Amino acid sequence: MFWRKKDNAADQVVEEAIVQELEVTEEVVVETPSVAATQDLVAVELPKRNLTKGFKSVFSRIKFDVENLEELEDVLIQADFGVGAAEAIVSEVKTRAKKAGARSEAELKTILTELLTEKMTRADSSLNLDSGKQPYVILVVGVNGAGKTTTIGKLANYLVEGGAKVTLGAADTFRAAAVEQLETWAQRSNSEIVKPVTEGQDPAAVAFEAVEKAVANGSDVLIIDTAGRLQNKQGLMDELGKIRRVIEKNLPISEVLLVLDSTTGQNAMTQAKAFTEVASVTGIALTKLDGSAKGGIVYAIQDQLNIPVKLVGVGEGINDFGFFDAKEFAIGLVGEN
Amino acid sequence: MFGNLSDRLVETFKGLRAKGKLSASDIDATLREIRKALLEADVALEVVKTFIAAVRERALGDEVSKALNPAQQVVQIVQEELIVILGGEARRIQFAKNPPTVIMLAGLQGSGKTTLAGKLAKWLKEQGQTPLLVACDLQRPNAVNQLQVIGERVGVPVFAPEEGNGKGNPVSVAKDSIKHAKQKQFSVVIVDTAGRLGIDEELMKQANDIRKATDPDEVLFVIDSMIGQDAVNVAKAFEDGVGFTGVVLTKLDGDARGGAALSVAQVTGKPILFSSTGEGMDAFEPFYPDRMASRILDMGDILSLIEQAQKSFDEQEALVMAEKMAKDAFTLEDFLDQMQQLKKMGSLRSMLSMMPGAGKLKGQLDNIDEKEIDRTEAIIRAMTPKERKDPKILNGSRRLRIAKGSGMTVTDVNSLVNRFEQAAKMMKVMAKGGNPGLPGMPQGMGAMPRPQAKKDKGKKKAKSGNPAKRAAEISGIEPPKQGNSGSSFGLGG
Repeated sequence: MFWRKKDNAADQVVEEAIVQELEVTEEVVVETPSVAATQDLVAVELPKRNLTKGFKSVFSRIKFDVENLEELEDVLIQADFGVGAAEAIVSEVKTRAKKAGARSEAELKTILTELLTEKMTRADSSLNLDSGKQPYVILVVGVNGAGKTTTIGKLANYLVEGGAKVTLGAADTFRAAAVEQLETWAQRSNSEIVKPVTEGQDPAAVAFEAVEKAVANGSDVLIIDTAGRLQNKQGLMDELGKIRRVIEKNLPISEVLLVLDSTTGQNAMTQAKAFTEVASVTGIALTKLDGSAKGGIVYAIQDQLNIPVKLVGVGEGINDFGFFDAKEFAIGLVGEN
Repeated sequence: MFGNLSDRLVETFKGLRAKGKLSASDIDATLREIRKALLEADVALEVVKTFIAAVRERALGDEVSKALNPAQQVVQIVQEELIVILGGEARRIQFAKNPPTVIMLAGLQGSGKTTLAGKLAKWLKEQGQTPLLVACDLQRPNAVNQLQVIGERVGVPVFAPEEGNGKGNPVSVAKDSIKHAKQKQFSVVIVDTAGRLGIDEELMKQANDIRKATDPDEVLFVIDSMIGQDAVNVAKAFEDGVGFTGVVLTKLDGDARGGAALSVAQVTGKPILFSSTGEGMDAFEPFYPDRMASRILDMGDILSLIEQAQKSFDEQEALVMAEKMAKDAFTLEDFLDQMQQLKKMGSLRSMLSMMPGAGKLKGQLDNIDEKEIDRTEAIIRAMTPKERKDPKILNGSRRLRIAKGSGMTVTDVNSLVNRFEQAAKMMKVMAKGGNPGLPGMPQGMGAMPRPQAKKDKGKKKAKSGNPAKRAAEISGIEPPKQGNSGSSFGLGG
């Protein structure tokens, strides 16, 4: 759900129609208005998109009991939780199992599911699209090949389907054909796009133009793509800081999404740290979460860096994405009893 | 939060300083740290387990208990085993007898295939080949376009009859590209294929079809060095689905330790051919297993240091020397040899700058005065063979001649002869069962513990110590006139 100024009345009729249409096909979440929502704003419902199909249970091949929790540690390590987090979880499971007198595998699974859900549930895991200061700016950052452009395409499409007007800013002026790739997504999702005027133009300049255009064309959301950069490349990280400052001269940034490839191992932690430092990351989009069991690193990231996971990507299709849900993640990971 | 492995091992080894021998539980404690470090470097768990088991077996064996410095020996074993898994010697591209050589790239989405294709093309071009890039990734939006831009950047033609974005048949593009290459006499064909997620049968089949259609000389599996535990599954899936002949690691310029390299190499037994860093088209080089081993362990060059130290103080040589001493056959020539070994150690200083937390060590090595060794060498070289064998014949006029010949003063010559005599005398005493410390390395090799265990006096093994070390210690005790008595090598004179 996001909030839009009431005076956008013309669009609203269309929107409601869309929302109704969506209600037929998809379940709509009804949320209570947040503090920021004043009477000037009207809520635009977005279709619910939580995914379970992306998670494959890691416990299908092991059997565990109280005496043999070492195997649980191994399994967690294999799901990229990291040694530290895996050890902590196992010891907590032990404590709780002892307290509850749990012995059977089913009981232990329940304990683990609850524990993970509890630890990963956060109040701030939905997108911050409720300040009323439009257009909402979403800056998308990450290392090379994490899936930034694809994530933007999917998110744009989702927002457009929900009735939002979306503009994309192609500030990845470095990678060959990155602009064209984003343009393809703009077409697919019916979004506007702001491209660099010349090849290799200063990305901050593109971001600036994108802001101007999004304001001018009355967009609800502006999503800015940036070039992939490895977190230890100081020059490039500084450039990201500059893009941020340029945007903030005109508009507040609602979200800085760090796109993380879920196959990334322990390096995801250093990525998250570095990007948070320069770009004040507000949320994580976890991509490529389909196929095998993985993504455990987000547990450690949420836990240690206090950054919520917001979006989840599970494939190449335009609809292969959803919002992160701790309980579903936990159930998916541990498996149904 | 993790701290690097060398720091942790230093911690583990601290408690061992007083010990000359490692017990099984000492080794296990060390191995636990190594296990953790490997997991934090994203080496797959199953690979870590096999690896640790192998290291443990060797570490518990004779090799370590009989080693001069057991703790270092454990680290050494770890290093050796890592290099074995990583493929030992670096392998190079196999070129076809009849060109074109066909190289096919396969890998996950976002692993960096297209960028790599460009780098590989540039590298091959610089090797005198005439490469052709082939755009068979017709899936990802604008992948074809990206390859064309890259081809232009590196000045390599791109074969791209289809515009991509979901249109066109990659298998026929691949087939046609070979014909095209033959016609236009390209020597190497690089086929870029669509990236795929973990297990995607359709795309895997497509890659397999491309492989069948082009019969490539090399199929390179491209993998992001930041990948986590999933590396094993991905590698297996590609090995089963397409099969590959070699591996390329990408994005190695991040701070990822690249444990995936180990996982993939271990699970598939395939060599890693190249590593690539960054987007710059030059950021590409052949893969070096030994460097990767150090990187995975985050050990800086501490292992090279150990290695070099071991080379410098060859145990066998030391034994021969000890025997010589026992027989009173230690000559100035042997003395010179020992000096030169110390000099080799001195060159380690330059390596230290690359090492994490090596401050202590560096201070110690600073005490080796390479110039001093040069001067000693000059003096000895100015002697006749007869004089070198029997310094007793060095009378005043011989000494003056030697001083002139070496550009030194008679005092310098005297001081050297004195040092030699003292050293020879002391060594003789020790060789006959004195108080040896059996150091595998000179004192002050810093972070690593030096066993201080007292050996039984009559033990034969007592002879295997390093004479130079002893000589150095002795002259350290009685420093020569201009001496730098602080030197742990006693080379001040």
